[in-house]
Amino acid sequence: MSSAPLSIACAALLRRDLTLAWRRRGDIAMPVLYALIVTTLFPFALGPEDALLQRIAGGVVLVTVLLAMLLALDAMFRSDIEDGSLEQLVLAPQPLALMLGMKILAHWLATALPLILAAPLLAGMLHLPAPVMPVLLLALLLATPLLSLLGAVLVALTAGTRRSGMLLALMLLPLCVPVVIFAAGAVAAAQQGLPWLAPIAWLGAALALALVLAPLACAAALRIALDA
Amino acid sequence: MTAATATAPLLLEARALSFYRQDEPVFGPLDFRLHAGEVALVEGDNGSGKTTLLRVLAGLLHLDEGELRWRGSSWQRDSYSGDILFLGHHLGLKADLSTRENLAVAIGLYGQRAGGNIARVLAEIGLSGYEDEPVRRLSAGQKKRAALTRLLLLPATLWLLDEPYANLDRTGIELVNHLLEQHTARGGAALVTSHGAVSFLSGEPKRIRMHG
Repeated sequence: MSSAPLSIACAALLRRDLTLAWRRRGDIAMPVLYALIVTTLFPFALGPEDALLQRIAGGVVLVTVLLAMLLALDAMFRSDIEDGSLEQLVLAPQPLALMLGMKILAHWLATALPLILAAPLLAGMLHLPAPVMPVLLLALLLATPLLSLLGAVLVALTAGTRRSGMLLALMLLPLCVPVVIFAAGAVAAAQQGLPWLAPIAWLGAALALALVLAPLACAAALRIALDA
Repeated sequence: MTAATATAPLLLEARALSFYRQDEPVFGPLDFRLHAGEVALVEGDNGSGKTTLLRVLAGLLHLDEGELRWRGSSWQRDSYSGDILFLGHHLGLKADLSTRENLAVAIGLYGQRAGGNIARVLAEIGLSGYEDEPVRRLSAGQKKRAALTRLLLLPATLWLLDEPYANLDRTGIELVNHLLEQHTARGGAALVTSHGAVSFLSGEPKRIRMHG
């Protein structure tokens, strides 16, 4: 009886989810389009005043990117539950938490990475000063996986329930707040020429914690969801 | 396959197995034993708990009462997971992937049986020409066949097949029986649910009656 090695299982799952995401490219483009529309509308609503836009640019881009991620979060495990792939994954002779970690990674690569790549354009449209741009990207690189991991736990918890979208939004809001505070804090500090490393370090610490704990929580929650 | 069972090793043993859903009994108490080389047919009316029994055995549902033993030792989820292959109502196929890609993922997760070859197995199961077709374009019977292909490729001793005959044509049914025969000849065992009208090719299978 030979079961598949761990690295091969991880690669197979990652490849499957990325292939699926690529075959549904329209779904990937949607959050990016949403973020683009929202940031485009801000100057129209507030007036094209450079100083004002510069001040809000970092915060607007951060919030827009995080909200755009929420659009796709709901679907993280849905199709897997519907077509029985999740049952097969749970029953596979592999550590479920690690497999779910791969799924979360694939989801982050498919939804958050395009948004991060679009972020310089969005921030540029709002006249964010160029020296602040790397700090914004760094904040996004830490905040988006954190949100993916936290969101995955909540999606797993609400997986068994019908119309989980509403519940998910309510539960995610308080978890989003500290992420936004630290990420925006770093960008604002950089913009004022103050040291910005501390909030970034907090984000990194939270990410390290979530990387370890979130997949485990996800696995437990999904086992319970299937048990119902 | 009845005479051989006396000497064949005992794989699965259930004692006073019961399952409740919100304090309503779904089935049980059930007692049965499954030896290597045996096929057990789980019979019962709609809603009698056949699928639930299989999901309990697969480890998807938590067992409420009774005892399960696998190869003589207590039933632990991690110790047997690679030994069991579960095929449920949901086939576990990704509609956007081709049959070949779906199988490659299954092999990646479960490992591959020695000598298994995707192209040859797909031909054997009657899906040659559809290897690279997205599963969404296959008919219900073809999807079922694609899911059954896992039985030929993945290493497992106990097959838990929930309604494997559903959606299949006459040759498909014969194919399932053939797969079961090959599997039992290799020393495997299987639990198959069905609501009757099924002929097994060789001998009388063991029957597990669910209480209606």
